[in-house]
Amino acid sequence: MVHSLTTPTAFWFFYSVILLLALPSGKLRSSFLLMVPILAGIHLWNLPLGNLVQVKLFNFDLELMRVDKLSRIFGLIFCLAAFLGNLYAAHLRDTVQQVAALLYAGAAIGAVFAGDLITLFIYWEGTALASVFLIWARRTVASYHTGMRYLIIQIGSGVILLVGVALFFNETGSIRFELMTLTSLATWLIFLSFGIKCAFPLLHNWVQDSYPAATVTGTVILSAFTTKLAVYALARGFAGTEILIYIGAAMTLFPIFFAEIENDLRRVLAYSTNNQLGFMVVGIGIGTELSMNGAVSHAVAHILFKSLLFMSVGAVLFRTGTCKASELGGVYRTMPRTAIFCLIGAASISAFPLFSGFVTKSLILDAAAKGHYYIIWAILLFASAGVLSHSGIKIPYFTFFSHDSGLRPKEAPLHMQAAMGITAFLCIFIGCFPSTLYSLLPYPVEYQAYTTSHVVNQLQLLFFALLAFALLMRSGIHPPEIKAINLDSDWIYRRFLPSLIVKVKNLIDGFIFRIHRLIPLKLYSALRLIHILLGREGALARVLPVGSMVLWMVILLTITLVVSFIGF
Amino acid sequence: MSLEAPHNLAFSLSDHLPILQVLIPFIAAPLAVVIGNRIIAWWLAFISSVISLLIATTLLGKVIDGSVISYQIGGWAPPLGIEYRVDSLSALILFLVTLVSTIILPYAYKSINFEIPKEQHTLFYAAYLLCLTGLLGVAVTGDAFNVFVFLEISSLSTYVLIAQGSYRDKRALTAAFDYLIMGTIGATFFVIGIGFLYMATGTLNMVDMSNLIKGQESLSTVRSGFVFIVIGIGLKLAIFPLHFWLPRAYTYAPSAITAFLAATATKVAVYMLLRFMFTIFHPNFLSKISIFEYIILPLAIMAMFSASVIAVFQSDFKKLLAYSSIAQIGYILLGIGLMSETSLTAAVIHIFNHGITKAVLFMGIGAYVLQGRGSFLSDLEGIGKVMPWTSAAIVVGFLSLIGVPGTVGFISKWFLVKSALEIGWWPVAIAIVLTSLLAVIYCWRVIETIYFKPLLSKKLTAETPISMLLPIWVGALACIYFGLNTEAIMTTSQMAAKSLYAGSFGSL
Repeated sequence: MVHSLTTPTAFWFFYSVILLLALPSGKLRSSFLLMVPILAGIHLWNLPLGNLVQVKLFNFDLELMRVDKLSRIFGLIFCLAAFLGNLYAAHLRDTVQQVAALLYAGAAIGAVFAGDLITLFIYWEGTALASVFLIWARRTVASYHTGMRYLIIQIGSGVILLVGVALFFNETGSIRFELMTLTSLATWLIFLSFGIKCAFPLLHNWVQDSYPAATVTGTVILSAFTTKLAVYALARGFAGTEILIYIGAAMTLFPIFFAEIENDLRRVLAYSTNNQLGFMVVGIGIGTELSMNGAVSHAVAHILFKSLLFMSVGAVLFRTGTCKASELGGVYRTMPRTAIFCLIGAASISAFPLFSGFVTKSLILDAAAKGHYYIIWAILLFASAGVLSHSGIKIPYFTFFSHDSGLRPKEAPLHMQAAMGITAFLCIFIGCFPSTLYSLLPYPVEYQAYTTSHVVNQLQLLFFALLAFALLMRSGIHPPEIKAINLDSDWIYRRFLPSLIVKVKNLIDGFIFRIHRLIPLKLYSALRLIHILLGREGALARVLPVGSMVLWMVILLTITLVVSFIGF
Repeated sequence: MSLEAPHNLAFSLSDHLPILQVLIPFIAAPLAVVIGNRIIAWWLAFISSVISLLIATTLLGKVIDGSVISYQIGGWAPPLGIEYRVDSLSALILFLVTLVSTIILPYAYKSINFEIPKEQHTLFYAAYLLCLTGLLGVAVTGDAFNVFVFLEISSLSTYVLIAQGSYRDKRALTAAFDYLIMGTIGATFFVIGIGFLYMATGTLNMVDMSNLIKGQESLSTVRSGFVFIVIGIGLKLAIFPLHFWLPRAYTYAPSAITAFLAATATKVAVYMLLRFMFTIFHPNFLSKISIFEYIILPLAIMAMFSASVIAVFQSDFKKLLAYSSIAQIGYILLGIGLMSETSLTAAVIHIFNHGITKAVLFMGIGAYVLQGRGSFLSDLEGIGKVMPWTSAAIVVGFLSLIGVPGTVGFISKWFLVKSALEIGWWPVAIAIVLTSLLAVIYCWRVIETIYFKPLLSKKLTAETPISMLLPIWVGALACIYFGLNTEAIMTTSQMAAKSLYAGSFGSL
């Protein structure tokens, strides 16, 4: 039944939850939390490629551990992200968040190594269930509602996936998770469920809704897994699907404007996540070796620099209690190291040469150009400038510099600095020595990031964007940081749909009212009938005298006898 | 029938297993009374139950490949002599009954201390052993009249056992009396049915009977016999409008007995139904007699819905579970009524699954009751905090009852839905899902009460004694184990369903 060459990496995380609960809350537990992803990562590093664990369940061959170059790099970066997230959260004494983080990382890694669609579905729902506790862990009413909305969307994505998988199995008789084409309802449903997790345009609101609502440390962990898991799933299942190019291009564009006017800095970062995901989706859509490499490596780089940005903003939030642009400013005086880490993250996301974003994003841009998608290429270029503006400049500028808010918080705690420091080091390391990352990519890379034209082009772009920002600030045209709520398309399901439902309900109510008057037998009399028959003292639930029981028996016998003679 | 053992060549002990299966508890029963010590009586009961389990497991291992063990009592060859026949279906039932008995006896030891005066204990165990004998005998015998005899042995001892609940609640007496009357009428119908068949065939051996009935299907004697047998067993089974005896019998019997009966007695009745329907009457006959589509299927679906709705409204946890049992029997009947190989497999699996699930749940509620609480939901508010282990086991039982994947309950429902869809009866599949939703509702009512309501009174503070908790958890883990490792039960059930559908006693 079970054919296993190794323990599935995900199980390391699940088993460790039991150990974790046995350990007393404190330093010991925190250091244990750091050990788990490291050990899992080392174990994974040493695994051979291949289908390592197979389980037979109800005639389905489940593959729990499909290690190939594509899944391995995602597994490794997830282990790394779990380690960094746990290090950043080392001060926590909250069992709920610790367990949720472990289960969440485990489920995400399990999903990455799933070789069949059923296993994928199980872990897919697992990530949803585990991660929502990172939001609920804030324990406020607002976060409870946000968590509920998040859960509904995530579980919804899982249910759509399940329906898709069932149809897929019905059509093809296979549950293997391989490259699919968008030719049937089944694959469209699977595509849609991936799209929800990947935050396709109009399906993206859960990101902006939930990330800023999670705890300081929860956001860091949230940002690493769910969307990147979706990127992996798209890369595995829908590489080279052309529609992804246009979806991705749209994803890179629209968040820029929202991010520019947003006041909550964590929400700005959430929008910029959308934008960065767009680059990856375009890369997957192009589907050449170069572009796939670009998408995967950009996912890796993005996990790192986005974590770094969330960490630095989170550290400020942790110390000051706010992450609103309008309430911050001048914090660099007392939090210099955090400011530097933030700048490194900003430089990476803006793709400055010598930082990680530069060596990964240019792969995608080049692939677009080589595939003759010139308009897409231009959009991506414009989006790159936008990234610089909202993430590269806005985040560090309004948090640490800008006008002085008068806040003089302490520097971030040591373990947070350590987490940020390691992440920052990795961002620079990848930027300076890209070959290390390139060697892990699914396809062989013969790519030179540092050619004169690349560097010059990029620098021109960056400096003009900087100049534009400076001019806008000077002239006062740049949208000021004000407290406001920006309407996004989630207005449709948070305001419009409910009001629509109320209207429809009123309509139906009126209709029912009329039916009530028309038909004498009202709805509640049907319910009363049920109660008379089946209620606590209902006819069929009552204590009957023996005589009545015998009567029932005789009636049944008679009917059955009559029926049995009809048939011949 | 080439796989039958040769006549009169029973040399070693292992060839005598079918008779030992019945004999060991049967001898232990009077022995317990003669010795007269309640502790020794318990050991006798337990040891004979364990040996029976070992025998049943051995038999199951022998017939799992589809072969049949035929044993002739006293060396008298059938059809004149009495024959014991074990095939995969009967072996599975033997396994279920002995397994549940072995789990429940350790539980019973402590639990009846609270419920029954100590001087009655030896008699209690004797009655229990007789009940076990009867249930095992029904499953092992290949002789129609012998079935009746064993049925009466088990029924009579059941009435006694239920009446033992009267030390705690006097209503047990009326419940037992009602059941006595109804059960006797049911058994009478049953024996009348056998009488009709004897008239038509002149034999009581099942295989022989089955061969002789072929070609006489249009005889009204045969058809009346069939109807009487179905209705007679139907009462024991608590088919939907014949279920009125069951809730009170289950509610007022001692906890261990409720668990034992709920898990085994109705299941053995289902076994009888299957055996008579499919072994003696050929499926060909069944498809002609139109009882399935006009009587059994509608009643099954009505049972699923109405008993579940009734369960939703109950305020007594035990009664709630009793009605849920009636609904679950509806599922089993549905599987029988759909009359395909898959649906029969579903029915057989559900016999086993529901057996262990209900054993866990009734043991769990018994533990609540014994810790000083009543079985009313209002008495159980917040008890999950005081008795976390018992409550967790009950939750496992509920998951299995609802049919959550990973528990045994899932497999049978899955097969049931599959079989309905195979013949294109998707409304039936929807009915199965809807009634599962009803099950979610009544299970949730209990979970909400025990976990989410504040602890009401401070009458008690202790968890169940370990000797009772352990059996509960063995059962709960069995629910999960057989839900994950589906091979053994599924193979046996498929084999059983196949041979039933082929219309023969074991051999294909």
